[in-house]
This record gives sequence, structure tokens and C-alpha cells, in this order.
Amino acid sequence: MRRLTPYLLALPGWMWLAIFLVVPMAAMASVSLQTGNAIDGYAMTFAVSNYTDALGRYSTQLVRSLVYGGLATAAMLVIGYPVAYWIAFRGGRRKSVYLFLLLLPFFVSFVLRTISWNFLLADNGILFGTLKSWGVLPADFHVLATTVAVVGGLTYNFLPFMILPIYVALERVDPRVVEAAQDLYATRTAAFRRVVLPLSLPGVFAGVLMTFVPATADPINAAILGGTANTMIGNIIQTEYLTNLNYPTASALSFTLMAVLLVGIFVYARALGTENVLEAAAR
Amino acid sequence: MRGGRVGDRLLHLWTWLVIVWLSSPIAVMILFGFNDKKSKSNTTWQGFTLRWYGELFDIDDLTTALTNSLVIAVVSTAVTVVIGTMLGLALGRHRFRGKGVTNFLVFAAISTPELVMGASLLSLFVSGNVPRDSVTIIIAHVLFSLSFVVVTVRARVVGLDPSLEEAARDLGASAWGTFRQVTLPSILPGVLAGAMLSFALSIDDYVVTSFVNGSTVTFPLWIVGAVKTGIPPQVNVMGTLIFGIGVLIAIGNAVAARRRT
Repeated sequence: MRRLTPYLLALPGWMWLAIFLVVPMAAMASVSLQTGNAIDGYAMTFAVSNYTDALGRYSTQLVRSLVYGGLATAAMLVIGYPVAYWIAFRGGRRKSVYLFLLLLPFFVSFVLRTISWNFLLADNGILFGTLKSWGVLPADFHVLATTVAVVGGLTYNFLPFMILPIYVALERVDPRVVEAAQDLYATRTAAFRRVVLPLSLPGVFAGVLMTFVPATADPINAAILGGTANTMIGNIIQTEYLTNLNYPTASALSFTLMAVLLVGIFVYARALGTENVLEAAAR
Repeated sequence: MRGGRVGDRLLHLWTWLVIVWLSSPIAVMILFGFNDKKSKSNTTWQGFTLRWYGELFDIDDLTTALTNSLVIAVVSTAVTVVIGTMLGLALGRHRFRGKGVTNFLVFAAISTPELVMGASLLSLFVSGNVPRDSVTIIIAHVLFSLSFVVVTVRARVVGLDPSLEEAARDLGASAWGTFRQVTLPSILPGVLAGAMLSFALSIDDYVVTSFVNGSTVTFPLWIVGAVKTGIPPQVNVMGTLIFGIGVLIAIGNAVAARRRT
């Protein structure tokens, strides 16, 4: 009986993951190779052309998603690293208060936050409307429905996921190591570049992973802040699945998106020389 | 270090700017719950009113959506906590065949983009002619929350001293008695953290839910659907109330945790 215990404990969770994670992926792979339509049904024809067709039609949106995701991730790194650094090394006893304030937005629904941004950025809203009436901004100034609005929204929504892992990595850095470097005549900049920065790289890696993937695949920011000219691949997949009921094309697109993200993660890991991708990400 | 003072000040200022930036949409949300709007749209400030707090439940579909979200969050959290804790215990304490694969699956469930998860579940349900309703939503929510419970419980179990359980058994406690009186109380903080996380993930989810909902509407789905016609102030009020309750619970938790230590 005791030897069976771990299997009995693991069984329900294991089955849930197998039935609702593994089998659906297989179902999606299968659907992506079928032909047919929603009315007459679908049949397996090993139609690889679904992939070439989908990519031919939507390469613009796929590339745009990767560019937007990349830009937002870069912006999060630039904005978030100094914040994580300051809290980890200079936060003192108020560290937990700062972290709490950074997490405050998560008490509001993702969708509602994005809509509030829409309010804030509206052409005649409380921010730009006021600035326009003061004559600070020209009357035709607008941000909504531009690349800036979408990338800004992505940056805003996922920023805490960048700050937290970097903070965790920096928090582990012993300040005495930095002092030692300075005792050995390293300048502040050199001590940061040669000691602190390399030690924080696992956190940076985890942060990039935790933000780039969801930002690239996110359909909400583009739908609410982007207008018609900034459609991302997430919006296309949703429309193809839910409105057009074009399951083969939609499945092919989903699979391509996941493959591209996985290749991206792999190349990034190699370039950075990170030994253990799983471990860094699981932290 | 004297040269660093200016740098530190700038970093301090930067941190506060980021905090203000992150909070600004929340301020807008709270503010517009008090907006005395006359026209259909709620995007310009037209005066202060408490009217929407009184008419909070006057939009039937919105109330239904909120109720659906709460019921789905409670049920999926309950299911997730039970099977997630079991899996976390197995992975943290025991050695068994298939452990490596299970660990990989847990990681895969966390790192799959929500969009792909939703799309693949829809592929499954369409292939199997499964009708989509609250049940399929709960299945999906358990799936994406499960790993978070497993990870928090596993971390707690790994940090636990096995000799405590052995001692309980030596003193004649049954397997179930040992679990209830020794193991569970010591892993409880991990279980509760996992439960709070999975409740929050469930009530907030739009992307996965939009694929598997059928005709059932949840709070986030209703909001996105209403974007084109205009978000009513009641949404802001509900958001404000949920925000307030969440912050109070978090602060209460922190205070309680400080007392205990």
C-alpha cells in the first residue's frame, strides 16, 4: 500500500494534464492537417498546405506580433531593471511595501486595466483632452490606435512579471561581494558590470521568458488599444476559430506561433549560454 | 560610495514614477465609477455622483456574468487545490516512475501561451463534439491554475522535515491522522497561497475562457463585449469593490503573517 501512495496521489493531476493538455495538443495538430468546413465537417487529408496558406495570408500579423512582443520586452527590461535593482539593494525595511505597490495593478482585472488605459489615452479624455484645451498638444494629437499604444499597453500589463524575477536574483546577491570588488579598486560601474549584472542574468532570463511569450500571444491589448491597423496574431487566431469557424487555418496558426516562440526561447538560451532553461524559468 | 548618492536618488525617483504609472489606470477606474455621465459614453468627466453604487446590480447580464465568474472561480479553485496539493505532495515527497515526465508536464502547463492552451482545448472539444458551457470553462481554469498550486505546495513540502511525520507514526498515528494533524497544517500556507492564486487567475481570465465558453458569459468576457457599445460605470464600481476587497485581504494576510513570527 505504501508503495502505491505516490501513484494514487499523482493520478488525478497527472490525468488532468494528460487529458486536457497533451490530448488537446494532439487534437490541434490533427485539425491543422484536415480539410473541410464547419457545415460539412472535416476530414484528415494531411493538408500541409494549411500551414503555407495561413502563413502566406497572415505573415504580416505574425511578424508584427513578434516585433511588438520584442519591443515591449525590451522596454520592460529597461524600465524594470533599475526598479528591481533599487528595491533589492536600497529598499531596506520597506522592500515588501514597494513590492506590494508594484503588484497593486493585479488586484484589478487585466481587461479592466487595459480599458482604463483606453480611457486615459482617449483623444479627448482626461489626459490628452486637458492638455489639448491648455494648448500644450496640437488638436489632432492622438496615441490610441497606434503602435505606441499597443506596445505601451503590453509593457504596462506585463512589467511586474519582469521586475519580480530580476528582483529575486538581485536580492540573492551578497552586498559584500560588491564591496569586495570595490575594495579591489573596481569603480561602481565596473563592479556593476562585472559582478552584479552577471549574477542577475538568470533573473533577466526568467523575466524575459515570462513576459515575451504572453506579450507576443496577447490578443487583448491590440483589440482594445490598437485599432484595425495593429492586429496581432492572437486576434487572427481568435477570429479564425470563433467567428470564421476555420479550424484548420486557426490550428495551423496556433501551432506556428508556439513553434516560433519555442525556437526563439531556444536560440536566446543558447546565445546567453544559460545551461538550464527549465530551472531558470521555473524560479 | 559618495558618487552614488545622486544615482540612488534618481533610482528612487524612477521606482516611484513606475509605481505611479502602474497605478494610474486603477485611479482612472475608481474615478469613473463616480462619474455623473449623461450620454452613453463614460469617457469624459461630467461631475460627481454615487448613483452607480446604488444601481450596481441594475444591468442583469452584467450581474449574471459576475455571478458566473464567482461560481466558476470557487468550483475550479476547490478542484485545483485538491488535485494540485496531491500532486505537489507526490512530487515533493515521493520517488516514483514517471516523476520526470510529470515535472515536465507541470512546467509545460505554466509556459504554454494562454492563447495556444485555449485553442487546443477548443480543438479537443470540437473534435469530440463536447458542448461548451460552465463545465468546459471550469476544466480549462483547473488546467491553467493546477501547476501554480503544485509549484507552491511542492516548495513547501520540500522544506518540510520528514522526521516530524515519522515521529507521529511512531506515536501510533494512522496514515490519515498523520496527514491531517501533522502534514496538512505545515503545508497549509503553501496550499492557501496556491488557492488564492488560482482564484485570482480564474476570475481574471479572458483569453482561455473566450475559446471554451460556448454561450456562458463571465465578467471579463462581458466587459470586452461591451467595449464597442460603451462600458457602463457599474463595471468601474464592481472593479473598484473587487480591488478594495483584494487589497484588504492581502493587507490582513500580511499583518497576520507578521504577528505569527
